[in-house]
Amino acid sequence: MAESAQGERASLTIGQDEALHCTGPWTLQHLPDLERAVAILSWPRSNELLCDAGRITAMDTGGAVMLYRTVMQLRRQGRHVSVEGLRAEFAELLRMVSANWDRIEVAPATKSGRMEQFHRMISGQAKQAVRALGFIGESTVGVWRLLKRPSLIRWRALLRSLELDGFNALPITGLLAFLIGVVISYQGAEQLRKFGTNIFVVDLVGISLLREISPLIVAILIAGRSGSAYAAQIGTMKVTEELDAVQTLGLSPMQLLVLPRVFALMLILPLLTVYADGLGVFGGMLIASNQLHVSFTEFVMRFEEAVALRHFLIGIGKAPFFAVIIALVGCYQGFQIRGGVDDVGRHTTTSVVQSIFLVIVFDALCSILLSWWNL
Amino acid sequence: MVNSDLQVAPQVAVPIIEVSHVSTRFGEAVVHEDVSLTILRGEIFAIAGGNGCGKSTLMREIVGLQEPTSGSTRLFGVDSQLLRDGQPQENHRRFGVMFQQGALFSSLTLAENVAVPLKEHTQLSPEMIHDIVALKIALVGLPSESATKYPNELSGGMRRRAALARAIVMDPELLFLDEPTAGLDPIMAAGFDELVMQLKALLGLTVVMVTHDLDSLWRISDRVAVLGHGKVLGIGTMQELSRSNDPLIREYFHGPRGRAAESQHKEGTWNPESTTL
Repeated sequence: MAESAQGERASLTIGQDEALHCTGPWTLQHLPDLERAVAILSWPRSNELLCDAGRITAMDTGGAVMLYRTVMQLRRQGRHVSVEGLRAEFAELLRMVSANWDRIEVAPATKSGRMEQFHRMISGQAKQAVRALGFIGESTVGVWRLLKRPSLIRWRALLRSLELDGFNALPITGLLAFLIGVVISYQGAEQLRKFGTNIFVVDLVGISLLREISPLIVAILIAGRSGSAYAAQIGTMKVTEELDAVQTLGLSPMQLLVLPRVFALMLILPLLTVYADGLGVFGGMLIASNQLHVSFTEFVMRFEEAVALRHFLIGIGKAPFFAVIIALVGCYQGFQIRGGVDDVGRHTTTSVVQSIFLVIVFDALCSILLSWWNL
Repeated sequence: MVNSDLQVAPQVAVPIIEVSHVSTRFGEAVVHEDVSLTILRGEIFAIAGGNGCGKSTLMREIVGLQEPTSGSTRLFGVDSQLLRDGQPQENHRRFGVMFQQGALFSSLTLAENVAVPLKEHTQLSPEMIHDIVALKIALVGLPSESATKYPNELSGGMRRRAALARAIVMDPELLFLDEPTAGLDPIMAAGFDELVMQLKALLGLTVVMVTHDLDSLWRISDRVAVLGHGKVLGIGTMQELSRSNDPLIREYFHGPRGRAAESQHKEGTWNPESTTL
């Protein structure tokens, strides 16, 4: 360091005598310049080269690698190069480099072709599908065992999950449902006023919220809030070998971690949906009385005749299925985590995206089926 | 970096680290109380002491990862607390740290991990970086096939070595090792000691290591500081410390394991002169 502070520069020049002259500090700091200089150097033609290294003032392993590389490059061209005048401690470094050099793998990693990439992608997807199927099977077996011996249910884990994923989600779910009710009512108000059919705001808000929007909003919220947490929790347990500890202690990760969460969400989602229905409709009601002069009493009376019970039941009925999707996807992604920190992040994201995707696909299927049956 | 002046006269006592009157408290718990010590250029300095006596905390304070409750630590004559956000960069380049668990970046392969400092702090060509990285990987005794593996595909000992390779890739003047031999088998631990000696001889390193390993302490340390009860119980060579009258130091060095390590050392089963490259 001391030398470099004086503004000295490392250099490799070819003298009049066709000898190579190495000068200055051959340290990492000065290597980039040196490397550029050497790259454009035109070597003398003679087969016997003398490398005078006596004026190298400092050297680290980087510098030694540089010198060694240069000498080896010249030797590969069939020339004889002798290095002279190198200080003892630098010579030691150079010896260390040459001693380790043959253990260095020179060939860089082979690039895989397009077909190989395609093959890897397909086989990876196939493997994942098989694993996912296996996980569904495993959890079904787990549920079956629980049904045969209900005493195996982990009440503590279940109750804790109810609190964390259900009770603690009440404020945010309520607020969102309320706002969605307000938005739908507002947007409807514009159109309905044009036709003077103000009272139909009840149908609009009631049916859309109860049947579709509340369950979906709750499912999406819980997927983001709890599904991701499941993946991260289980994944971190895997990384820290806690899952292995669970297994060696003779406990089943399925019974301990997955099923309580599945059951908890199956209870939570319908309840949250009812709660979201209430607050959403309330939001719609406020806007209806404010913008469309539909009073609360009128609203409620119209609600009774316009919104059939089946809309409510269909909405509630979908919620447990959404719950199963969210909990299983979250836990499954957690178990898929193999490596370290960024694997946790990736699988957590995947769990949210996949569960929301599957929830919406399932919802669309329900809509199609129910319209076939004229419900 | 190799400093030729120091290689000519390694005995010049230049302090590289100064810890003065450091006290550390975590809430009620007192970790250090008025700890002062100086580490000189070119020595292998070990910080020893029982579990939880604040060895690693002291190291973290020296490299500026943690702030002492009072007192100050100076690294290369600069207050360690000024080493923030990679500034000043010259000082960050001058030391390497090997963490206890390796702390390799899990999203990068071994070779990429080792290359990080070179890529970030120098403008070397990719070929040059590849060669330096491959050399360091070979130097710490890792097979070249492991270069393309990810940290979670490596064993604990290999991860430790990879972490060492990353710590020395910039040829730092100062190397911090946090429990380098903990959890290694005796052969590997001895190999690690040898490696540290080699690096010290080749690169003129100053090494600060936190360790419990009595064999390592006897074999490679020039001076040892024993921490206990939040204080420095003693500083000196192992010979000096083994003659100490402090009850804690005696307990530490003269337990059954301590005696075994000492007798082995005296029988001369370890001979630094036999170290070959």
